[in-house]
Amino acid sequence: MAILDFGDALNLALREEMRRDPRVYCVGEDIVLGVPFGVTKGLAEEFGTARVRNAPISEAAIVGSAMGAAITGLVPVVDMHFADFVTCAMDEVANQIAKSRYMFGGQISCPLTLRMPYGIGKSAGGHHSNSVEAWFVNIPGLKVCIPSTPADARGLLKTAIRDPDPVLIFEHRGLYRVTGEVPEAETLVPLGLADVKRDGGDVTVIATARMVGESLAAADRLTGEGISVEVVDPRSLVPLDREGLAASVRKTHRVVIAEEGPMRGSVGAWLAWVIMEDCFDDLDAPIARVAGPNIPIPFSPPLEAFATPGAADVVDAVRRVVK
Amino acid sequence: MYATMLRIRRAEERARELYAAGRIPGFIHLSIGQEAVAAGVCAPLRRDDYLLSTHRGHGHLIAKGGSLRGFMAELYGRATGCCKGKGGSMHIADASVGYLGANGVLTSGCVLAPGVGQSIQMRGTDQVAVTVFGDGAANRGPFHEGVNLAALWRVPVVFVCENNFWASTTAHDLSTAGGSIAARAAGYGIPGATVDGNDVLAVYDAMESAVARARAGQGPSLIEARTVRFMGHFEGDPQGYRSRGEVEAGRQRDPIARLRAHLEGAKLLDAAHVARVAAVVEAEVQDAVDFAESSPLPAPEDALQDLFVHYPWTD
Repeated sequence: MAILDFGDALNLALREEMRRDPRVYCVGEDIVLGVPFGVTKGLAEEFGTARVRNAPISEAAIVGSAMGAAITGLVPVVDMHFADFVTCAMDEVANQIAKSRYMFGGQISCPLTLRMPYGIGKSAGGHHSNSVEAWFVNIPGLKVCIPSTPADARGLLKTAIRDPDPVLIFEHRGLYRVTGEVPEAETLVPLGLADVKRDGGDVTVIATARMVGESLAAADRLTGEGISVEVVDPRSLVPLDREGLAASVRKTHRVVIAEEGPMRGSVGAWLAWVIMEDCFDDLDAPIARVAGPNIPIPFSPPLEAFATPGAADVVDAVRRVVK
Repeated sequence: MYATMLRIRRAEERARELYAAGRIPGFIHLSIGQEAVAAGVCAPLRRDDYLLSTHRGHGHLIAKGGSLRGFMAELYGRATGCCKGKGGSMHIADASVGYLGANGVLTSGCVLAPGVGQSIQMRGTDQVAVTVFGDGAANRGPFHEGVNLAALWRVPVVFVCENNFWASTTAHDLSTAGGSIAARAAGYGIPGATVDGNDVLAVYDAMESAVARARAGQGPSLIEARTVRFMGHFEGDPQGYRSRGEVEAGRQRDPIARLRAHLEGAKLLDAAHVARVAAVVEAEVQDAVDFAESSPLPAPEDALQDLFVHYPWTD
């Protein structure tokens, strides 16, 4: 095992995949220097600027051209810079990429990866902080994954690149400098396989990305109260490991779902329905949810803190469901 | 090119009748009157070149060599259609001939095409990517993003604006500043040409040099082909926004009659030859209609197929 941070683990995945397959290339704004998060830093030195391709500030053309390349034999990895900016390429993602295979009756494949740096923190404000994964879970034809650890980030990105369908990978920008163990050997993490991040018997916390770490911190605190928390990370939302989630719920009978994005119309709301449908008779309490408030992300630190769900919120929610 | 134009004309005229008779569901946008653009654009292309098209794309598909049977069956929503009934008129593709899709969203091809060109460049082939779009579409942002990117990356792309002077029901003068779409090429440092889009030989000439340029690695070009839409924006469009006289005047510029007169004048075509071509085209179109009529509808549960390569499930 090596200790790497989340950003370096993604960089390693890109390096490994670009070495393995000459069809793989990266495209996006400022990616030669790897600004602002360093994920693509140094790749141009090894692979050249034809395969680590700086693009003008033209999100529609960046994403659209990646699709054009993907449907004619290349394997693009698009850096969205900030996931918030995908709104400028929403036709390309929602109408073109997502439908390319289905609408044409399976004639066309679109093996494209969209890297989505996202999330709240450091007073980045309303256009650089949003958790937008729910938008894409709601678009049939896209696969969506959302790692919480360096090892999962590397393994999921590699799987995404090798997948013959379009995959979005949500990289929480608050996690880029978080370190963790990453296997020395090349390791893939399959889509549709949840991971139990902490074993427990009293309550299942289903959490994504940054909220996994927050939930583990909450679990530590709750140990002192005699509450044993199991933390389950779905890792990919489409496809979803329904069986993996259900297995934990059947053990604990109580569920908290923790995410960062707004409460309304969210991934957590959908997961709550999934649990209800698959495990209604196993539940001993209503499902509790932790999510952001239904507001744009504000700038000022106290306002931003108000909009940021954390370990304390998970602790409160667990107490409610075990009461 | 004469036979191609006639094939498009007859296929669309039949589609029009069949739509009116309730045999074809949804909406269809006919390109009757604009056949010279489709035929002239596709004639210099090879089967392995790529074409990205529009909502008014029947002609482009046929000219690119797409299957008439697959086309008609797709319009009918049959299981044997090019897209198994999942696309329909506005979202049809025939990847076997490099026809990467009609598009229900205007201008989308303008941003896809630079990537197709990049793929050609990186794979090291001498293919060409062509995107056709309307004059209305040239006013969307992706046109500018796509042309800029293609010029910047010097990729083998030909942008073809099929200017029929109507953006749905809005006249060209009320939607398009500057008076010339081809002139926009200068802003990106690439060649721009305006041609009479009802003169198939003029379209061919412009296209041939743009394709040669692209194949030689000299980058993208923009062609504006000025043409006339004989029909409404969609079938059933009452066209209250334009005069009958305008369409009548347009019909005087019918591209098929025009090429026929030219070829007859040059003694390259005679009445017997014209009749033979008409009979062959008629038989091909009839065969496609018969094929569509006799093809099965898709099973309802086929709606769950083709979403992903590896995962059949939909949740």
